[in-house]
Amino acid sequence: MPADTQILIASDRDVVAARQQGRAVALRAGFSMSEATLIATAISELARNIVSYANQGSVTLRPVHRSNGAIGLTIVASDSGPGIADVTLALRDGYSSSGGLGLGLPGVRRLMDEFDIVSRAGSGTTVTVTKWLP
Amino acid sequence: MQVPILKQGGVLIATIQAALSDADLLELRTALVQQVVRYRSSGVIVDVTAMDVMDSFASRTLLEISHMIRLRGAATVIVGIQPEVAFAMVQLGLTLEDIPTALDLEEGLAYLQQKARSIN
Ligand SMILES: Nc1ncnc2c1ncn2[C@@H]1O[C@H](COP(=O)(O)OP(=O)(O)O)[C@@H](O)[C@H]1O
Ligand SMILES: [Mg+2]
Repeated sequence: MPADTQILIASDRDVVAARQQGRAVALRAGFSMSEATLIATAISELARNIVSYANQGSVTLRPVHRSNGAIGLTIVASDSGPGIADVTLALRDGYSSSGGLGLGLPGVRRLMDEFDIVSRAGSGTTVTVTKWLP
Repeated sequence: MQVPILKQGGVLIATIQAALSDADLLELRTALVQQVVRYRSSGVIVDVTAMDVMDSFASRTLLEISHMIRLRGAATVIVGIQPEVAFAMVQLGLTLEDIPTALDLEEGLAYLQQKARSIN
């Protein structure tokens, strides 16, 4: 298994760098161009949320495989920002606390196969998502 | 990363040439609106062929560009959305609402010409 890649996220430039690296790692793992674009789009949304709401954090790209032979890519977007008081609300299509489109979190959930979010007001947010090779 | 804007008759053509940061997109918005005012353009084409992803910020900014330009009485067309980018947009839940899209520059220009004719 290739090693993890961690990208520090602190500006809108880092958002672009993270999604470009994510695309490259996805293509190396065997994903098609179309799937790699889905993954890059999800990374863009998660990394932007870090910049917008937590100022800084990181995105980790982790190639994974299961004992049954399945190969995938896990992305962990993590920050120590303000956290999300109501996660259910934040996952609702169209909900935004900042006048955004409110499609980032619910959209990432649709783009990826697995989605997990751990967040508490005052102690940061970690979103972990995985896409499996078909 | 500046986006070159070409003036061709009454139409402005902005060709995105690489992945754009959020700041780049906002700069493009300002530049396009300024130039539409300066040249009294009747139409704007934004060529997104080279865009790596169209996420919610990019979509929102393109919508804002189109709305601001409409307030100046001009039309905006987005051209060159790649199939895989369009696929990701749909899954994310994004639409460009009422912004017309065309396959390429040629079709975009044809759309604007037809629109200009139907007004005159
Ligand atoms: N990393 C984060 N830290 C704190 N709050 C967040 C974070 N990510 C998302 N949120 C909250 O969840 C809401 C929904 O996020 P999202 O679906 O990406 O929509 P948008 O960014 O357009 O508002 C945000 O408006 C914000 O309140
Ligand atoms: Mg967001």
